[in-house]
Amino acid sequence: MTLLDWLIDPANWTGAQGIPTQIGFHLLYTAISLAIASAIAIPLGIFIGYTGKGEMLVAGAANALRALPTLGLLVLLFLVLAPVIAGQLVFVVPTIVVLVLLAVPPILTGTYTGIQSADPAAVDAARGMGYTRPQILWRVQLPCALPLLISGLRGSTLQVVSTATVAAYVGLQGLGRYIIDGRAQANFAEMAGGALLVALLALALELLFSVLGRVLVSPGLRRSTRRRRPAPTDTTTAALATLTATR
Amino acid sequence: MSIDWIWANLGQIGSLFVNHVWLTLIPTVLGLLVAIPLGWWAHRSRRGGVIIIGTAGLLYTIPSLALFILLPAVLGTRILDPLNIVIALTVYTVALLVRVVADGLGSVPHDTVAAAEAMGYRGWQRLVLVEIPVAVPVIVAGLRVAVVSNVSIVTMAALIGIPQLGTLFTQGFQLRLFVPLILGILLCVLLAAILDQLLIWIGRISTPWRRKDVLA
Repeated sequence: MTLLDWLIDPANWTGAQGIPTQIGFHLLYTAISLAIASAIAIPLGIFIGYTGKGEMLVAGAANALRALPTLGLLVLLFLVLAPVIAGQLVFVVPTIVVLVLLAVPPILTGTYTGIQSADPAAVDAARGMGYTRPQILWRVQLPCALPLLISGLRGSTLQVVSTATVAAYVGLQGLGRYIIDGRAQANFAEMAGGALLVALLALALELLFSVLGRVLVSPGLRRSTRRRRPAPTDTTTAALATLTATR
Repeated sequence: MSIDWIWANLGQIGSLFVNHVWLTLIPTVLGLLVAIPLGWWAHRSRRGGVIIIGTAGLLYTIPSLALFILLPAVLGTRILDPLNIVIALTVYTVALLVRVVADGLGSVPHDTVAAAEAMGYRGWQRLVLVEIPVAVPVIVAGLRVAVVSNVSIVTMAALIGIPQLGTLFTQGFQLRLFVPLILGILLCVLLAAILDQLLIWIGRISTPWRRKDVLA
């Protein structure tokens, strides 16, 4: 059986182990983790970007977290949390905790660097026009932070999609099941099929975010970034920090 | 019991560590070698930049476990071949570094390039002797990110059965043992920290004119 045979086999497209169900599970885990991570990271990022407090701490923590191997973290937290949680959720909850943990740093970094990288001239202009500090934050700094914030969200999403795949190893549903089960049964077609679907899902989400960026980011902002062609290295490293999830 | 496990498996742990070092270092070096000409092209030509950086972004999107498995299908290698891991990580490193190299070359001051030109440096000479050395701090910053992520990504290969520090995680899971798990995580973090420091040091000695600067 080849990869193509596996993909077009109708048996793989129906039922509780079918491809649509597993894609659904994969997206569900991704959405839940991102929602929780955003609820934590965006307010915290706004606070750090706005006050400048704790910046070193967060940057250091984000770097340290990058060095932590995802697989080890996943298995460790699973073994620690699994005995505490009973029933159906035993596979899901520990994994979600890991996914959230991995999704927070890119969003956090994107938010606070975005706020800090808001053009000082725009902030000054707003102040000159009589904006109060909260107004400057909501109407100037946050919209200016949006490109880096979205890039952070994108980094988190890819990290979560990737890690949710790996989490099939500790028993999670989702597309990773095909890879892990295929490996267990030495079924290369199933493994490759799962891998292809994961890659396509990641690419589709990447595309979604680039569309999202185009729709949400103010056109004025886009023009100004294009005019400033030689990208300042500050924003490069910021973008790198949000991008470099550990696959 | 915990220390006993480490002593009993010291030989295995050592060889896993050595495997891990090679699986991290080879792709990082290969990736840099490929990324420099590509990054230079992306820097020089606008269309080249769009194509290369766009492709790099898409490649970086593919989750590592998926890439490890898809590469044999594309290259015709065996699924258990460590070569797949090396190639996959090289792909990620290139994807990360082309952009960094292009930005690094872009950060070289115009005056510097013009001065080199006036002193008779041309083409390759100017690139290798002037532009790349001046871009070293930016490239090293990117390399540090790449090498630290590579240390972590390599562990994923344990899921398809390639021995390296990640093997300690699968062992820990199968045996329900915390010792190999924690040891594996610590060794990964240690290796990442050592390689990171090594890069900082290389960056420092290769840019003697920046001695007073603080490397970001």
